[in-house]
Amino acid sequence: MDKVKITIDGIEMEVPKTYTILDAAREANVDIPTLCHLKDINEIGACRMCIVEVEGARGFVTSCVMPVSDGMVVRTNTPAIRDARKTTLELLLSNHNRSCLTCVRSGNCELQALARKLNVEGIEFEGEKTKTSIDDLSPSIVRDNSKCILCKRCVAVCKKVQEVSAINTMNRGFKSEIGSACNKSLNDVPCSLCGQCIEACPTGALREKDATQKVWEALNNPELYVIVQTAPAVRAAIGEEFGMPIGTLATNEMVAGLKRLGFNKVFDTNTGADLTIMEEGTELIERINNNGVFPMITSCSPGWVRYAESNYPDLLDHLSSAKSPHQMFGAILKSYYAEKENIDPKKMFVVSVMPCVAKKSESEREEMEVDGVRDVDAVLTTREAARMMKEAGVDLSKIEGAPFDNPMGDASGAGAIFGTTGGVMEAALRTVKEILTGEPLDKIDFEEVRGEKGIKEATIKIGDKDIKVAIAHGLGNAKRIMDMIRDGNAPYHFVEIMACPGGCVMGGGQPICDAKTRATVDVRKLRAEALYKLDKELPIRKSHENPVIKKLYEEYLEKPGSHKAHKLLHTSYHPRHYFENE
Amino acid sequence: MKSIEELSEIRQRTLEEIKLRKDRNYTGKEKHVLVCGGTGCTSSHSMEIIKRLEEKIKEKNIQNVRVVRTGCFGLCARGPIIVVRPEDTFYAMAKVEDVDEIVEKHLVGGEIVERLLCKDIDGTAVKSLDDLNFYKKQHRVVLKNCGLIDPENIDEYIAFDGYKALEKVLTSMTPEEVIKEVSDSGLRGRGGAGFPTGRKWEFAKNSVADQKYVACNADEGDPGAFMDRSVLEGDPHSIVEAMAIAAYAIGATKGYVYVRAEYPIAVKRLQIAIDQAQEYGLLGKNIMGKGFEFDLEIRLGAGAFVCGEETALMESVEGKRGEPRPRPPFPAVKGLFGKPTLLNNVETYANITQIILNGASWFASIGTEKSKGTKVFALGGNINNVGLVEVPMGITLREIVYDIGGGIPNGRKFKAAQTGGPSGGCIPEEHLDTPIDYESLIAIGSMMGSGGLIIMDDSTCMVNLARFFLDFTVDESCGKCPPCRIGTKRMLEILEKMVAGKGQVGDVEKLEKLALNIKRSSLCGLGQTAPNPVLSTIRYFREEYDAHIKEKRCPSGECKAMTKVMIDKEKCKGCSACSRKCPVNAIQGELKQPFEIDQDKCIKCGVCIATCPFKAISRV
Ligand SMILES: Cc1cc2nc3c(=O)[nH]c(=O)nc-3n(C[C@H](O)[C@H](O)[C@H](O)COP(=O)(O)O)c2cc1C
Repeated sequence: MDKVKITIDGIEMEVPKTYTILDAAREANVDIPTLCHLKDINEIGACRMCIVEVEGARGFVTSCVMPVSDGMVVRTNTPAIRDARKTTLELLLSNHNRSCLTCVRSGNCELQALARKLNVEGIEFEGEKTKTSIDDLSPSIVRDNSKCILCKRCVAVCKKVQEVSAINTMNRGFKSEIGSACNKSLNDVPCSLCGQCIEACPTGALREKDATQKVWEALNNPELYVIVQTAPAVRAAIGEEFGMPIGTLATNEMVAGLKRLGFNKVFDTNTGADLTIMEEGTELIERINNNGVFPMITSCSPGWVRYAESNYPDLLDHLSSAKSPHQMFGAILKSYYAEKENIDPKKMFVVSVMPCVAKKSESEREEMEVDGVRDVDAVLTTREAARMMKEAGVDLSKIEGAPFDNPMGDASGAGAIFGTTGGVMEAALRTVKEILTGEPLDKIDFEEVRGEKGIKEATIKIGDKDIKVAIAHGLGNAKRIMDMIRDGNAPYHFVEIMACPGGCVMGGGQPICDAKTRATVDVRKLRAEALYKLDKELPIRKSHENPVIKKLYEEYLEKPGSHKAHKLLHTSYHPRHYFENE
Repeated sequence: MKSIEELSEIRQRTLEEIKLRKDRNYTGKEKHVLVCGGTGCTSSHSMEIIKRLEEKIKEKNIQNVRVVRTGCFGLCARGPIIVVRPEDTFYAMAKVEDVDEIVEKHLVGGEIVERLLCKDIDGTAVKSLDDLNFYKKQHRVVLKNCGLIDPENIDEYIAFDGYKALEKVLTSMTPEEVIKEVSDSGLRGRGGAGFPTGRKWEFAKNSVADQKYVACNADEGDPGAFMDRSVLEGDPHSIVEAMAIAAYAIGATKGYVYVRAEYPIAVKRLQIAIDQAQEYGLLGKNIMGKGFEFDLEIRLGAGAFVCGEETALMESVEGKRGEPRPRPPFPAVKGLFGKPTLLNNVETYANITQIILNGASWFASIGTEKSKGTKVFALGGNINNVGLVEVPMGITLREIVYDIGGGIPNGRKFKAAQTGGPSGGCIPEEHLDTPIDYESLIAIGSMMGSGGLIIMDDSTCMVNLARFFLDFTVDESCGKCPPCRIGTKRMLEILEKMVAGKGQVGDVEKLEKLALNIKRSSLCGLGQTAPNPVLSTIRYFREEYDAHIKEKRCPSGECKAMTKVMIDKEKCKGCSACSRKCPVNAIQGELKQPFEIDQDKCIKCGVCIATCPFKAISRV
């Protein structure tokens, strides 16, 4: 690669000529502050924090977008630069609500951190604040624009990564505000509620709709039997909230922490995932045997489901009718388990800890109940679960681990990898191939469906059949697959789609990494590796071999796809329309 | 498609018909009545005048007289304007009711209607346009066809050497030669920044890509400016032709003209010009049979000031929210739709055909060493001859104000001139003799700008002027970067405090600190220049700021909040007339006793002052 020589604050270095000044500075461990920059996603030079001086240049230079050139001499720390950054930051703060003490992002806010780093000790230019609004109408996402600094990272993620474009800047100048068309709530526009905007937000302007109070109340209610289940991806990230390195698998610590909160039982949603594989796999086998609608598409990502209902209402019959793992699990807990343990399902309160904010909205869907009993009563994100633990004085970095409760606790490795892109596909293939061929797999790992590529394709030989599969993560990639299907060009039998890029490990409910971490650490890979490691270490790695699942079918559901299974474990979808005259 | 021979034939034939408009020695029988069809005169009913003229001429069965709707003559203050050629009689402020007299007396009787003749500032009626002081120091290059041809008739444009520059370029010049000619001419961008046009063309030419674009900036967001509008209304083909030449020079095949939708007449005439050029094969494939392809499209803007900034303009043309992009990449490398793009201002383009036809050295002979050619200004504010003027670079502001502009009306004194609009600065009396060129204006804290030139008399408060421009930029800031979005708002708040009589010691220093950081830190030219009106008024009129802050006094009397309306107890007879007229019930008293004004309620509207029969009420 072509390299150029540059000097940053006296440090001479050689860097690829494709670098920006900011890239080079980071390599030299020279810390240039940024607010709006999100590598490869939002490079708009808007926040003016990363300005530097370059010898020979007229005026300050925007380091996040300025390419390096040979012989360039950069100064990042001159009195004029420090003064300018500080003034700009003070201006931002003068129009910010500054309720740090009570803000959910306090301690994890890039604006707050920068104010400390730049030693802002007062705000010289106070004045009127922009009249802003709060959108808390969706079950998933709350936007409070009084905390928004208009960095547009959320807008860029929504537009360039997810290709949903549900939000943009409204109005102009001092009246600017991020919002949706016609000033509608996110709930009333084709927003998928994936929550990637929350992950991108440097401040507390975007957050999940809080469910912690509701869960505390349930825990405090002696009438209720409160069960919590945790999704696969949560254990691969929750440790970060307690200072553990990214990629730490904190399963037992998490279970112990939840027990300390007072839940009657802590179960593993991975078991629900195994159940999903049984139902979804059976549906696929049926479609293969009966020439059904192809490709069949997974339905466990609620952001994806809402996206499909909004944008591809004509293709909803491609979606598997299987509910997502935590909904299935909730339905089983309030039927099979309740009967077994002799608990009144109406007095059972099921909480799901999810890496996801769309799950909040999913759990509120009309379809998600059986005979008037809701499958799931509250959904907490990974972040909220960690907040509850902190409030209760629990520190996962210093806790003695504990195993999941039985009888529903032991899950297979297939269930574990649900949390990363390609995982659902791999889990399904392990089961479907073995059932269709009637022979044990010679190789359990399907490496071809793993990895970070946006759209992965593979052809799997099952008996004498070539089964073509595809995996898409991120809604932009989902869109490309769906357009292929609509155009009749999709040769696949089975497609896995996850709304979030990277799958659930990178879900909108996961711990938030700042922009610099996102730019310099492969968070997705580290979290995913934790789940693959877990899978490798488990004695049972195929859903259909999970004894809990076997017993469940024997004792209760009869067989996958049975009448009873359908009643409890399957659902339906409906087209969504948002604007009149659509 | 018309061949070069056919175009030449059209040129000859049409020139025969219309040359009397230029030829003062013409002795034939034809007369052309030219009526201004620019936006200003149109709004004072020039279209009705044309209609009535045509009716009346038909009714009287007058032969050899033609009515022509033209572009702007420049002296907008005296519109609607009617000029009869060849004798060059200049009728000003004509009404529809005057038409019959003009037809009967002048066109039939051959006698000039004295009472409608345009009067110079000193009151003397002038017979001919050339006699007006307003025109004497002007030099028309950009506006040469404005007020002379029918802008909706391509043949008239062709008659006065139209499309000859394009012909010359396509038949005898390489792109390199075209760029060299433009470079040698010394032409600099007229959109504000004054970047050397030839250099810009060269950058765009040197970019390698499968597709390139040329674009024309007709956003003209500077409040009070209407140079570009007038060119598009009066001579749209000059832009079409120049853009084709630019496209040939840089290797582009497609062009866009970005015009604000508030310019309906300009948009309409430009579209007509494009249609006609396409019909004649002057746009499209294989232009003039020379294998050169170029086509042009209009894109309408919604009138945001920031959309005049080059990268925001490109976002807008692409259909996105008009916000500037960071540079680099520069438009010459990555412009419209990610392709190399050349963007020039309307007036910049309007010079091109003349440079090609008359040569670089001819152009370079006009103006000063570093600022060549002419500049069009929209002269407005407290000046007698409000209108459009084109002057050679290097002329002094004094000449523009007094010789061309006819001085300050109402016996008032000149106080300052604002160039560069909201991005520019004020020029006080002490600098009236500064030559108008790019460098000199920068040196005195102002800038050339795009051509808005606002004259202010001594009734203008300079603090309030700064507030006015800041109010504009706060409104027009796109909001993308915090220094501009929040910083200008904070400056405005300080200025609003000052004009309300609530300024504090230290506020000027605060303004200066904010200004410095907004200028240095903002993403685009809007923010980088927004503080200029404040800085330049502080520089030249610091004592007015101090009077507002320290004495709570507005020296010009313009800031109403700082005046009090008071009743002189000696003079008041207690008649209650004022109290009955006061719209906010601020005046109370007992009959036959002196009344009093409640200062908390008073809105200083002055109705009481006008009402009082004893002149007992005044502002203090
Ligand atoms: C806020 C702002 C507004 C501008 N508005 C205009 C405009 O209305 N017309 C224009 O020609 N240039 C405008 N410009 C300048 C353009 O960015 C650009 O420099 C110009 O169109 C280039 O053409 P020129 O080289 O022929 O002058 C504006 C610049 C800024 C920063």
